[in-house]
Amino acid sequence: MATTIVPMLEDRPLEIAGRTFRSRLILGTGKYRNNEEMVRAIEAADVEMVTVAVRRVNLDRKQEEGILYHLDPARIFLLPNTAGCYTADEAIRYARLGRAAGLNDWVKLEVIGDQRTLLPDVAATIEAAKVLVSEGFKVMAYTNDDLITALRLEDAGCVAVMPLASPIGSGLGLVNPYFIREIKSRLSCPVLVDAGVGTASDACLTMEQGVDGILMNTAVAEAADAVAMARAMRLAIEAGRLAYRAGRMPRREIAVPSSPTGGMLG
Amino acid sequence: MSKTHEQAVPVSDALEQSITVNGEARSFAGGSVADLLRNLGLHPRLIVVEHNRSILDREQFETTPVQSGDVFELVHFVGGG
Repeated sequence: MATTIVPMLEDRPLEIAGRTFRSRLILGTGKYRNNEEMVRAIEAADVEMVTVAVRRVNLDRKQEEGILYHLDPARIFLLPNTAGCYTADEAIRYARLGRAAGLNDWVKLEVIGDQRTLLPDVAATIEAAKVLVSEGFKVMAYTNDDLITALRLEDAGCVAVMPLASPIGSGLGLVNPYFIREIKSRLSCPVLVDAGVGTASDACLTMEQGVDGILMNTAVAEAADAVAMARAMRLAIEAGRLAYRAGRMPRREIAVPSSPTGGMLG
Repeated sequence: MSKTHEQAVPVSDALEQSITVNGEARSFAGGSVADLLRNLGLHPRLIVVEHNRSILDREQFETTPVQSGDVFELVHFVGGG
C-alpha cells in the first residue's frame, strides 16, 4: 500500500515553457479591497504566479497604486495580461508594453469580443497569438471552451491554452466539464482553466477533469474574506488534482452494498 | 534644445512645448524624456514609456528630447486578472 501512496502524493510540478511551478493555482491581482488584502491572499494561496494588467499611470495621484510597490518580482512571477483589449492590434500593443517593463517575455493573451459576456474573440486571439509568438513571447492564451480554437492556439505556438470555466467574473463555475476534458485530452501543452470559478467546490471539480491548473481572481477578491477563500482555493485545487490522479470510482445508477452480502444471520 | 532654454529664455516663455501625456494636453518646459518623468514625479524604473506609438527603452530616456506635438503613454502594472 505504502509504495503506491507515496508516489501518488508526489505530483510532478506544473511545467510551462520549461519553467516549473509547484502551485497549480494562478491568482489575479485585481479587485481586492486594498493592496494589503491582495498581498495576504497571495500568501494564503501560496501561489508562485500572479497576473497583472498594464494601465496608464494616473498623473494626478501617487504612483503607489502601481503593483510593483506591493509585489516583489524576484519572489513572485508576474504575468502581464492584455485584459480589456478588443482587437488583435490592441492586445499586441499591450503585450509589448508589458514586456518592456523588463520582467519577462510572457503574456496572458486576452482579446475580448463582447462586452456583456466578455467572451473571447477567438479569431483575433489566434491572430494576435501568431504575431506575439513570432516576436518571441511566451503566450498563454485565454479562450472559450471550444476544442478547435484550443487546437489552433496550440498550433500557433502558445505555451499554454486557457479555456474558461464560465464567463469572467461570473462565478458560475464549470459549465462544460465535457469540453474541458476533451480539450485537455487533445492538447499536448498545459491546459489551465481561466475564469468562472466561484468557490472552492468549483475549483475542485475543475481540477478533477484533469486540467493542469486554474487561474482565478474574482472568486477570491470578492469573497467576504478574501484571505480565507484564497486558502480554501489552494486546498481545493490540491484535493481536486489528487482525486483526478487517484482515479474516481465509476458512476452507477443502482446501489452496490459496501458491507458483505454473505454471513448474514439465518 | 534644453541648453538654449536654460541659458536664455525665462521659463514659461515661447519654448514651452505642447505635448500629450496619457491623453491629456500638457505643456512642458523642455528637456529629455527623463526630465519629463522627473517633472511628473515618476520613477523611471517602474514606468514604461510609449513615445509617438513606439516603446522607448529605459536607456533612451536621458537622450531622447521631448518635442512639441509628442504623444506619450506612460504605463505601469496594476492589479488585474
